[in-house]
Amino acid sequence: MKNPFLVLVSALLVCLVLCVGIGAMPIRPLQVLSIFGAKVGLPPLVPFDAQQQAVLEAIRLPRVLLGVLVGAALAVSGAALQGLFRNPLADPGLLGVSSGASVAVAAGIVLHIQPFGIYSLPVAAFAGSTIAIVAIYALAQQRDRRTNVATMLLAGIAINALCGSGTGLFTFLSTDEQLRTITFWQLGSLGGATWSAVATAAPFLLLCVVGMPFLGTALNALLLGEGNARFLGVPVEAVKGIAVALVALGVGAGVAVAGMIGFVGLVVPHLIRLWVGPNHRTLLPASALLGGTLLMLADLLARTIVAPAELPIGIVTALLGAPFFLHQILKARRSVAL
Amino acid sequence: MIRHERATPLLTAEGLTYRVAGKALVSGVDLQIGAGEFVAVIGRNGAGKSTLLNLVVGELPAAEGRVTLFGQSSGRLAPRDLARRRAVLAQHTPLEFDYRVLEVVLLGRIPHQRHGGETPGDTEIARECLARVDLRGFEERRYLTLSGGEQQRVHLARVLAQIKTVGEAPRLLFLDEPTSSLDIAHQHHLLDVAKALNEEGVGVFAVLHDLNLAAQYADRVLVLAEGRVVASGPPAEVLTEAILWEAFRFPVLVMRHPEVDCPLIVTTGVGSRARGSRE
Repeated sequence: MKNPFLVLVSALLVCLVLCVGIGAMPIRPLQVLSIFGAKVGLPPLVPFDAQQQAVLEAIRLPRVLLGVLVGAALAVSGAALQGLFRNPLADPGLLGVSSGASVAVAAGIVLHIQPFGIYSLPVAAFAGSTIAIVAIYALAQQRDRRTNVATMLLAGIAINALCGSGTGLFTFLSTDEQLRTITFWQLGSLGGATWSAVATAAPFLLLCVVGMPFLGTALNALLLGEGNARFLGVPVEAVKGIAVALVALGVGAGVAVAGMIGFVGLVVPHLIRLWVGPNHRTLLPASALLGGTLLMLADLLARTIVAPAELPIGIVTALLGAPFFLHQILKARRSVAL
Repeated sequence: MIRHERATPLLTAEGLTYRVAGKALVSGVDLQIGAGEFVAVIGRNGAGKSTLLNLVVGELPAAEGRVTLFGQSSGRLAPRDLARRRAVLAQHTPLEFDYRVLEVVLLGRIPHQRHGGETPGDTEIARECLARVDLRGFEERRYLTLSGGEQQRVHLARVLAQIKTVGEAPRLLFLDEPTSSLDIAHQHHLLDVAKALNEEGVGVFAVLHDLNLAAQYADRVLVLAEGRVVASGPPAEVLTEAILWEAFRFPVLVMRHPEVDCPLIVTTGVGSRARGSRE
């Protein structure tokens, strides 16, 4: 385990080949590789039929890729926010991303505001999360133009509560069918993954996942406190603004295409820290890789364990994430105590 | 030893004033720090020592007055260039993440790095600086398992690594109550390290609580009371019973140090009542 990236990239690729193969129509790993190979003109290793190729290309691959990208964006955002707030319990939800999206989606469903057809809910989710995060960031601005992260946390709590009450109101007003739609959306799902969904969300998700690691050194300095980071020549205000913007884009897009998926942003950075330490230059890319892998696996469970029905993915991430997280934390605590 | 020209100060502050809600916490303070000079600030709690330090390093905006650093108006220097020549050791460093000790010291090298992280040279400097603060062998230890005093020394190593440069560029080091969590040996050790930097031409500005440390190590002492400079000069001229009474409203005796050429400040307990009861 000398190089975490070697381990994480291998794990991601192996899981990807397995995940696209498992489902109602099984495709063996070698067949998966043969189908990929055929795309670039390589002779097939093993025979596969056209139906397998169609399922792989039209259904499985976009879904798995979307899972990887959303998981990576959630994890990298969680890691960056934990550094920014110097608080290992920070999570993208703190900045109102989920609650803002939630109230906007609930409003859209209950009030029948659906100007963009099937894209209405994703657009509402993205708009809601962006408005919430911009409001929280603006509220935390001080007179000297600096942003107070403690105020940002408190403003986040207030905005979350406000959005929560709005969502509650729309839930109260909803019909049974609308309520079901809201609830399913809130539990998250990658079921809507199509190539067009991937193509729409990918630029935002990738900007977040690829852009955030460039803030690694600055976030390292920020762990010493904002004053000390400034003394090290770090442009602290710019870093905060860019980090918050990348979180808004990445998590906003993720929530828009997959609904609310909890726990990935909180747990994944912790697991990486326990493994390789808190250095953001490693932590951010490693979190992205692990977050992508874990969400892809969670989605595999979500769509297979009660097949032909599907579990909401949010249930799976929390159900698996929580006990594993507790186990890791208790193990680390005990080893420190010894 | 190289004699450094003190005629051109590394830092000049003129008429620094800072107000909160109309109350002046620092008013009309002039300050100069020359190359290789150790300037200590003393004063009672709330006298404005840390506020003055924060004004001088630009963490607080001065209501009036101006600061000139390395011959240029402060604020005109690029933050990164400034960071290579000026380091600040804060009173508390809120680091809650479990870095290895060497990694914390390497954070000091950030202003010297382009993209791509630390070089072997940076690591070597970090190791040297750890040795200099008496923490050789602590490189791989977990930061959060260290005692408060050890953590403070790790941060001293970090700021030493920050202003470590090749050649003799003018540099400044600011220390905000650096000895508060250290045992007596490491208090002196820390100030010894600062004096060694003086020999390299680094100007040092330290907020100190221990009057005897100020007496032994400072070239000049600035005495603050209610945000104003009560006295400023060499320890022997400034650390007198009258001035200290004015600054602290607490009786002290000033004697000659039996071995070192500096004043020695001793206390007799709370006021004359305590003195009387012992006689």
